Amino acid sequence: MALERCDVEKIAHLARLGLNDADLPRTTDALNSILALVDQMQAVDTTGIEPLAHPLEASQRLRADVVTETNHRDSYQAIAPATENGLYLVPKVIE
Amino acid sequence: MHQLTLAEIARGLADKSFSSEELTRTLLARIHQLDPQLNSFISVTEELALSQARAADARRANGEAGALLGAPIAHKDLFCTQGIRTSCGSKMLDNFKAPYDATVVAKLAEAGMVTLGKTNMDEFAMGSANESSHYGPVKNPWNLEHVPGGSSGGSAAAVAARLLPASTGTDTGGSIRQPAALTNLTGLKPTYGRVSRWGMIAYASSLDQGGPLARTAEDCALLLQGMAGFDAKDSTCIDEPVGDYSANLNASLQGLRIGLPKEYFGAGLDPRIADLVQASVRELEKLGAVVKEISLPNMQHAIPAYYVIAPAEASSNLSRFDGVRYGYRCENPKDLTDLYKRSRGEGFGAEVQRRIMVGAYALSAGYYDAYYLQAQKIRRLIKNDFMAAFNDVDVILGPTTPNPAWKIGAKNNDPIAAYLEDVYTITANLAGLPGLSMPAGFVEGLPVGVQLLAPYFQEGRLLNVAHRYQQVTDWHTRAPNGF
Repeated sequence: MALERCDVEKIAHLARLGLNDADLPRTTDALNSILALVDQMQAVDTTGIEPLAHPLEASQRLRADVVTETNHRDSYQAIAPATENGLYLVPKVIE
Repeated sequence: MHQLTLAEIARGLADKSFSSEELTRTLLARIHQLDPQLNSFISVTEELALSQARAADARRANGEAGALLGAPIAHKDLFCTQGIRTSCGSKMLDNFKAPYDATVVAKLAEAGMVTLGKTNMDEFAMGSANESSHYGPVKNPWNLEHVPGGSSGGSAAAVAARLLPASTGTDTGGSIRQPAALTNLTGLKPTYGRVSRWGMIAYASSLDQGGPLARTAEDCALLLQGMAGFDAKDSTCIDEPVGDYSANLNASLQGLRIGLPKEYFGAGLDPRIADLVQASVRELEKLGAVVKEISLPNMQHAIPAYYVIAPAEASSNLSRFDGVRYGYRCENPKDLTDLYKRSRGEGFGAEVQRRIMVGAYALSAGYYDAYYLQAQKIRRLIKNDFMAAFNDVDVILGPTTPNPAWKIGAKNNDPIAAYLEDVYTITANLAGLPGLSMPAGFVEGLPVGVQLLAPYFQEGRLLNVAHRYQQVTDWHTRAPNGF
């Protein structure tokens, strides 16, 4: 099933990617060729095969619930595009 | 001095033939003189390097020793370096000075290594040619019209051109081994979880692994020793003792069982590369190895599965680049959605956007089972193939790449053609196995690599085989003209 231009616009919106209208045809073609490659998977019989998430089947470790990190707000906000009073600034969300 | 390997540098520093500061100044001058031809560095950290070199010399004067103390290194520009631009090859992070050091960077600095700079790479490590970098393509020192491979293309080109002896790279689908093969280096992707990923900007978290690029297996052993080890900050790091990677380099290969997967020698492989691989097998047989044909029947499914798993994980990982907390922000956003969309649309290049969209699509409602889950099941089939093969053989050997380095721009209009170049390397990432590429000859003046794969945590075995091979061959000692 090939993607149409409107599908690509929807995916781009889901991924919060602003695409140029001029690039859409080329992007649509590229995504369709990648998905055609990926669709070769559908011919593989995986009945009864468990999915593999971690190559060594390790699970996430738990640690004691104690404070290990100090506050890095100043150094983290020093590299932010816009901050004020220790807060990150974004365009107004609620009118 | 620029011809020295890490092992030779360690001896030179130990017997006081030269100081780390002298060596550092020599290499920095060489980088300034020659790198404009290659574009292998994004940042040269001259001040940091000289201060680290002087500190290393002082430590040595105080009686400290250590193979890496005072030796030079450059880091792929996705390892976070505190206060130094960490761009990931992207406009998105052009202004990003990391607030902390990656574990790998910190460990090598503690060992006394001198950071000469940050190397060029495919944007967010997505590529096999180093052409998708915001900072422009890297040239292959063996032929400046050709790509060096990718995504660790800058790390490879710099070491191949003798700008420095070794560098760090990362390998998600072949990004250490493939550029090593295309530039006549030895490169090692460790077992998944062997080297900490903390502070390594994530592409596909279940596949990414950092490792060394150098000119010899001996040097890779020294560098891996400094990089490997458990790190509580990386939740997928494996708590497994680190062996002495240099101790068994010279172990005999008598009786070593080498498996040649028949699927690696089929259609698509340049026959001249096939001949060189067979020649390397004969050398190893002379050293006592025995060769056996094996089969990895699911290998053909690796690329389709990879191009679901890697983009799916990338679409999740790269959601953090939102124009709010760090990195690129668009001008005059009209609302929050516009801020996200334009910051990401303008900050990411075309290949990164493609992979994010493929991933977002594969993970979206109604498609998850057919794509992501199916890919993870194929991943297990691929792992099972390897487990079965390692019942019969100790290492698996084949070509690292199907073709030598291609011309810059040759595959620009066909992303799929570039994806297929990773056909032999991707399976090790999906299975989490260690893999090494070593120099094995030349085709029309361009280097060819042989890949070795071993069971989990047997990096030492790979280094042993490569080292013994490098004792009886001289491919790895060849330097490109003009460098």
